[in-house]
Amino acid sequence: MWDYSEKVKEHFFQPRNAGVLEDANGVGDVGSISCGDALRLMLKVEPETDIILDAHFQTFGCGSAIASSSALTEMVKGKTLDEALKVSNQDIADYLDGLPPEKMHCSVMGREALQAAIANYRGEVWSDDHEEGALICKCFAIDAVMIEDTIRANELCSVEDVTNYTKAGGGCSSCHEGIEEILVKVMAERGESFKPGTPAKEEAKPVGMTNLQRIKKIEAVLESVRPQLKRDGGDIELLDVDGKTIYVSMTGACAGCQMEALTLQGIQQKLMEELKEFIKIVPTKAGALSRASCNP
Amino acid sequence: MEGIYFDNNATTRVDEKVVEAMLPYFTEQFGNPSSMHSFGNKVGLAIKKARMQVQELLGAEHDSEIIFTSCGTESDSTAILSALKAQPERKEIITTTVEHPAVLTLCTWLEKDGYKVHYLPVDEKGRLNLAEYKKLLSDQTAVVSVMWANNETGTFFPVVEMAELANAAGAMFHTDAVQAVGKVPLNLKDTKIDMLSVSGHKLHAPKGIGVLYLKRGVRFRPLLRGGHQERGRRAGTENTTSIVGLGKAAEMAMEAMHHENTEVKRLRDKLETGILAKVPRSFVTGNPDDRLPNTCNIAFEFIEGEAILLLLNKFGIAASSGSACTSGSLEPSHVMRAMGIPYTAAHGTVRFSLSRYSTEAEVDRVIAVVPEIIAQLRKLSPYWEGDGPKEEAFAPTYA
Repeated sequence: MWDYSEKVKEHFFQPRNAGVLEDANGVGDVGSISCGDALRLMLKVEPETDIILDAHFQTFGCGSAIASSSALTEMVKGKTLDEALKVSNQDIADYLDGLPPEKMHCSVMGREALQAAIANYRGEVWSDDHEEGALICKCFAIDAVMIEDTIRANELCSVEDVTNYTKAGGGCSSCHEGIEEILVKVMAERGESFKPGTPAKEEAKPVGMTNLQRIKKIEAVLESVRPQLKRDGGDIELLDVDGKTIYVSMTGACAGCQMEALTLQGIQQKLMEELKEFIKIVPTKAGALSRASCNP
Repeated sequence: MEGIYFDNNATTRVDEKVVEAMLPYFTEQFGNPSSMHSFGNKVGLAIKKARMQVQELLGAEHDSEIIFTSCGTESDSTAILSALKAQPERKEIITTTVEHPAVLTLCTWLEKDGYKVHYLPVDEKGRLNLAEYKKLLSDQTAVVSVMWANNETGTFFPVVEMAELANAAGAMFHTDAVQAVGKVPLNLKDTKIDMLSVSGHKLHAPKGIGVLYLKRGVRFRPLLRGGHQERGRRAGTENTTSIVGLGKAAEMAMEAMHHENTEVKRLRDKLETGILAKVPRSFVTGNPDDRLPNTCNIAFEFIEGEAILLLLNKFGIAASSGSACTSGSLEPSHVMRAMGIPYTAAHGTVRFSLSRYSTEAEVDRVIAVVPEIIAQLRKLSPYWEGDGPKEEAFAPTYA
């Protein structure tokens, strides 16, 4: 039996806003009958303000599909259309105190219905670009289509690669056999055969690292070398990060010192190891960057 | 646990008398039957008795044809892999599209090793076409593995006849009979069935014990090696308590066989007609004329099975469903799809499976509750309006 949260159970047993909304002016019908979910979302939108005055649903689906639909209607009521469009799958799941990984697609359906209903209200045609495959990694809820597409796009050839790019297989590791099967299939398409033990691609960028996380990581590396520089009477400061180029300024005794190039090389190596990607470190004088952009 | 348990094809309650028979073998009679002292000797005798009790239930000619295993799945794997190992020149397997995953998943895995697997299709009532089966049998067929009764619908396959045809083609015949044993009188000595799988917990014995019936003279290659237990055919210290329990359960199943096929069947029929009479747009799946006496599988159109089960559970009623969501997969039951049941009905199938403990009062209660639940969910369904499906069919953008 699924481990549903109390909130999911409550929304399933006492669904809010179930049934037809007579004066709806935005209707979204989405679903996947093969996987047993279909949803009609009905919105009543105030034309002057774009505010959702009322939302109702009808759902063919399991307990969490019905609960997700109910939650969605509660979440979007009172919001403007633009605000409502910001509701993500994760928001729906969070509202319900979480969904089992196998059931995350129920919240995806809710979000799609919302997009479809808003498109319908605005007189636009909504087309679905979401394809769903069998769930492979239960720890991180990654499905087969996602893994296949990632292997294809990045020419991956090891389970470790797949984990680095999609997170799939990074938890309990029970799905490694399943990932290998997908690798065998997709690699055959490009005329290669899967070999166990192939090392992971070096340039794999850690998955899910946002720009902010990346910059924080760079700062942390610089912080770790700072004591050494200070001992020699110098310092280093991060100025900017532009893609694969990292601009720093060397100050104090380090600036222009003969060892500068060597020191920077060491820092660059350390950064590459930490970020798991190729980067270039460029020494610049503080202020040079902003001046450059002011005087093109 | 209070409640109405109508999910006996999933597992059954261990009978109190079975527990009673088992208990001494945890404490006083804890010996290893292989040991050369009286601690072990008494346990050895208890296993012998259990073996004969199972032999009786299966109608086997010799007690040495009974091999105790850990479960039905182990018996299935042992049988099929043994047949392939024992006849390396034969590279084909014949099975059906509606087998239990214990057989089906093993077969798809064997395909990767170069074996050719033929999956016999079924018709809308879940029946096989024997003419098609005959055409597939050849001197390349290593083993035929066909279930005795389907776990979802209860529908029988003509395994006795199919075994004769396999035998004539020189192929081995295995049947996964975990749902049939204890509910159907068996007389294996008069059949050409070479191997048969039994699962203890389907007939009021504990979980973790199974049997592989292996007809004398059939070539065999063990799955587990490294011990003389079960005459070297299944190494590993015997699960003595559970073997004793299964023996007792087999004896009790023999006694209850008549009750199972009269009283349990009557209750099942009452439940089924009661529900069908009260719920529009519902129908029985499988073959109602030739199936297990305890099983009924009903499709409720335009609603989803997991939602039905959750509501049933709220009323203390346990059943199971072939919907995708109950298994976490994206497809409804392969059995329903193989019979060509449309998606809108396949997701709404519910299996009620009774046992000799089921009562008239329970059946009446379920008949009273089910129509309410179905109506409640249909009110939520975008496919439904008033008393029937929407006139203008609901056609969402499918992912």
